[in-house]
Amino acid sequence: MANNNLEMVEKESKQYIVVMVGSEQYGIDISYIDNIVRMQKITRVPKAQPYFKGMINLRGEVVPVMSVRKKMGLEDDVFTNASRIIIIKLEESGSFGIIVDEVKGVVNLSDDEIDNISNKGKFINGIGKHGGELISLLEINSIVEENV
Amino acid sequence: MDVSQYLEIFIDETEEHLQTLSDCIMELEKEPENMDTINEIFRAAHSLKGMAGTMGFKRMQRLTHDMENVFQEVRGEKIKVNSSMIDLLFKCLDAIEGYLNNVKASSDEGTEDNELIIKELNDFIADKEGIAAKPEQPKQEEKAEEQVGEKKYFEFDMSESEKSKIKEAEEKGSHVYGMTVYIQKECLLKAARAFLVFKAVEECGQILVYNPSSQEIEDEHFENDFSFYIASEEPLEKVLEAAKSVSEIEDVVGEEVTYAALAERQAQAEKAAAEAQEAKATAEAQAEKAAETSGVQAASQTETKPQPAKAQPANKKQAAAKPVTNRTVRVDIEKLDALMNQVSELIIAKNSLVSIGSADSGDFQSQSFHEQIESLERITTNLHESVMKVRMVPIESVVNKFPRMIRDLSRKLNKKMELYMTGEDTELDRTVVDQIGDPLQHLLRNSADHGLEDNETRLALGKPEVGSIFLNAFQEGNNVIIQVGDDGSGIDVAAVRNKAVERGVITEEQAESMSQKEIINLLFLPSFSMAKKVTDISGRGVGLDVVKSNIEALGGDVEVKTALGEGTTFTVRLPLTLAIIQALMVEIRDEKYAIALASIATIEEIPVKDIKYVEAQEVINLRGGVIPLVRLDQVLDIPPREEPESLTVVIVMKGDNMTGLVVDNLIGQQEIVIKSLGKYINNNKIISGATILGDGEVALILDVNTLM
Repeated sequence: MANNNLEMVEKESKQYIVVMVGSEQYGIDISYIDNIVRMQKITRVPKAQPYFKGMINLRGEVVPVMSVRKKMGLEDDVFTNASRIIIIKLEESGSFGIIVDEVKGVVNLSDDEIDNISNKGKFINGIGKHGGELISLLEINSIVEENV
Repeated sequence: MDVSQYLEIFIDETEEHLQTLSDCIMELEKEPENMDTINEIFRAAHSLKGMAGTMGFKRMQRLTHDMENVFQEVRGEKIKVNSSMIDLLFKCLDAIEGYLNNVKASSDEGTEDNELIIKELNDFIADKEGIAAKPEQPKQEEKAEEQVGEKKYFEFDMSESEKSKIKEAEEKGSHVYGMTVYIQKECLLKAARAFLVFKAVEECGQILVYNPSSQEIEDEHFENDFSFYIASEEPLEKVLEAAKSVSEIEDVVGEEVTYAALAERQAQAEKAAAEAQEAKATAEAQAEKAAETSGVQAASQTETKPQPAKAQPANKKQAAAKPVTNRTVRVDIEKLDALMNQVSELIIAKNSLVSIGSADSGDFQSQSFHEQIESLERITTNLHESVMKVRMVPIESVVNKFPRMIRDLSRKLNKKMELYMTGEDTELDRTVVDQIGDPLQHLLRNSADHGLEDNETRLALGKPEVGSIFLNAFQEGNNVIIQVGDDGSGIDVAAVRNKAVERGVITEEQAESMSQKEIINLLFLPSFSMAKKVTDISGRGVGLDVVKSNIEALGGDVEVKTALGEGTTFTVRLPLTLAIIQALMVEIRDEKYAIALASIATIEEIPVKDIKYVEAQEVINLRGGVIPLVRLDQVLDIPPREEPESLTVVIVMKGDNMTGLVVDNLIGQQEIVIKSLGKYINNNKIISGATILGDGEVALILDVNTLM
């Protein structure tokens, strides 16, 4: 019951966390997000996929961290004070982190503010318009998919 | 109402009862006269039936009901236990397990009626009735009556005291009615309904006899019906009406009975009770009676007589026997995992505190601060140990099903064999125990099928006719060893070698140079089955390789020892627990890795100039043995460094094989909590997991087996 209500509210307007990756703004559906943590020591895992940076310790759990930049074919990350790891939780396969350059904040996007672009990118399922700016909405499931 | 919330409990308890039944039936086969065992079986069967009924699994209930009937006859010493009966009972257990598996998979018992088994069961009862002559005749009638009229109040045996109560009531001029009340199947608070029924009918009169006992009714130890005899001044309709007025009651049947009419039945019941008392094992029956008596006492003060004295000791017996079952708590393994995680987190936090504490030693409060830190350390260590212990369960739950399996195999293969088990109480981490069953089962089947010769051959060889298979479990340091073996023919090494060459697994030349041990290890290769003929027990080509990979997945290994003509022993070595291991922390450049201490033989400083080459592979000569070197920095893609004059080499071993791992530095020994890398990162097999160090950093755990 509670879930249904939630979904109904979400249909009208969804909350997105707005992050910077390179020069582009991306929105991540807040319902996927478990946590946002500061940059910390990442332990490299030998022989892993190149876009996996390694493992971090998230409150006693070992969580893999990937670079969206590498996955998208951008140049490697440069960690700054503004860099953050967004911890994403997927029901079936557990948590993982993605590295972003900066977290800007949270926006509410209603359905009519989202363009379901026909020519979808690999990782994007829509474009949100908010305050005259464009936010690419990340398709979380395609980010973790292999072979992309 | 929905019963799904009880499903898990149902499944757990059904499994438990099935195990009990299986154990007891095995025992019964050896000692067919043991009344304790028969009673135990009866109890378990009865509980099964009750639970199946509560959950609405009608087919399962029917089967268990008929099974219980058989036990009832056995208990009444009306049927003798024989081997065809034991076979049939095992068939029943399998059928019930089938239902249970359906329930597990789909929350439904499925549609298999098992008519055949039920028929066989009933034949059994019918058979004995044919043989056992006259006194049984009325009993048979009773059965028929029960099925037609469902008047279950005729079904149960009444004690002397109960009988006398009915007589007395009759003498006082009241009507005595026998009644059976059916509660709706979906009713959840059956005990409460029963209570309401009693309350309602007691307005009309006094309940004389309960079945099941009032105690059992109170504890909900009954199915959807219960029966009682009531003495009343009112007409039958009024009493029936009163009982029916309670909600969630399906139906009430009843009629007036007389003492005389009951006499015949009672005489029998009496006989049964006498026999039971004679056998002295029917503590339950006594307790039941006692409970009934006390129940009646509560209901009506008038009819007490000499019974209390008799009832007292039995009551105590029951009280003493009961609480044992309630001293454990079922906990979801996930909850334990969560607890474990929190404890490891606490330890990590404690470790950081320790390092801060040692840095601030100049602080004025340092004395008491350090004392507190020390006490904190102690507490966390103890806490850690306790949580680890909670996760440990005896392997009993797994190995318990083996005697039954061997018995079946013995029949199927037509070989006489006996299974000897020791160390069933050896404890392992729950996750290991859950997964060790299949490999062990496979090894046992292997022993039974390939290991043991058939009886004639054994006799011809001067061996005891009955083959022995043994399973020994014991703890050895941080490992648990489980040995599975037999006193059969042993592995014919020459045959294995020929087969391997024939199948092209190895070449003739390779075969020449292989040691006996290496050849035996060929058996662990995929699709290498030695069975001369394919049976449904083993020999389908999936064999020891599966055993091996299963055991290795648990962090263990398996070895074979064999002597031709004397037998074969498989030794399975398992880590005590999966969650925590003692590890050596090593450093390679700025990366830290953990190597399981159990796999380390020695640590050596080797001068670079001592490195030799064999087939372009770096080796060292250590105390007479040639050990290959593995440069961890190369394997782990770590940038190379300037070669120092001497190398730190961790010598690891697996069985008799040794390998030297080259590292930069040793950090030290540490107890580490193993965490999985998760599903996202490609499993490259060199890394078996990760752990969190005292400073919060993540370190990876090297899987030594893949490096060799």
